[in-house]
Amino acid sequence: MQWGSVSEFLAMGGYAFHVWGSYLVTGVLLAAEIWLLARRSRTLRAMPGRSVRTPERDR
Amino acid sequence: MNIWKYSSPQTFYPLAGKMIPVFAVLAAALGGAGLYIGFFVAPTDFQQGEAYRIIFIHVPAAWMSMFIYVVMAFWAAAGLIFNTRLSSMMAHALAPTGALMTFIALWTGSLWGKPTWGTWWVWDARLTSELILLFLYIGYMSLAAAIDDPRRADKASAVLALVGVINIPIIYFSVKWWNTLHQGASVSLTRAPSMASTMLTGMLVMVLAFWMYSIAVSLARVRVIIAERERGAAWVRD
Repeated sequence: MQWGSVSEFLAMGGYAFHVWGSYLVTGVLLAAEIWLLARRSRTLRAMPGRSVRTPERDR
Repeated sequence: MNIWKYSSPQTFYPLAGKMIPVFAVLAAALGGAGLYIGFFVAPTDFQQGEAYRIIFIHVPAAWMSMFIYVVMAFWAAAGLIFNTRLSSMMAHALAPTGALMTFIALWTGSLWGKPTWGTWWVWDARLTSELILLFLYIGYMSLAAAIDDPRRADKASAVLALVGVINIPIIYFSVKWWNTLHQGASVSLTRAPSMASTMLTGMLVMVLAFWMYSIAVSLARVRVIIAERERGAAWVRD
């Protein structure tokens, strides 16, 4: 391990913007993909008249 | 066991439901391990300093962006040739994740390029062909969404996906065929990797994590697509 302290870790040897900018945006985008997919699934299940099997009922 | 029975949406739907948690857990575990190796085990690069740590997401995302396209085109072709509904649905399920991976590869590459090359973007063959890949994904999704009849949308978008496959070898070999600012492959089957072994381990674990993530999220999406399309069918009703 090459980090002496938390602030040293966060500073990323002067490349904090580039490193954390990459990881943060990637994390947000992956989370957004999962969230949008969950919302699409919920919307579908909430549609009136035609019900879709819920994941619980598959097992 | 007859594996072909899972080629229908009706039988694949519950199977996918069972597989998703497995791949999701693997993705989270491998992602955690990969990030730990990447940030706490792998040493500082003697040339690039800490900026190189971006490769732990850049390389997996870039590999997935190309691989997902090939798999997407494969399912699109299968849907076109055999007229199987599930194949086309698989292709549609993969496209948004592929586009996302392409965007992540471009974004992280840009943030890596600035401190390393001194520029956010250059129009070299590797970067340009990867940008074209993003446009291909967007074009595929737009075309599929623009046609109301799902079966016609499947066929038209499949043709686009197949034409676009030509871009994949161009991306992969661009660093060999042209004199690009982007460096050549860091990992290849024919020679020893050009990086420290802990760096390589971290990167490969992250590659596996991205694989598992992509599989889990694509299976979840194909389930939603199946449910959307088969809404009128008896088996999805109560």
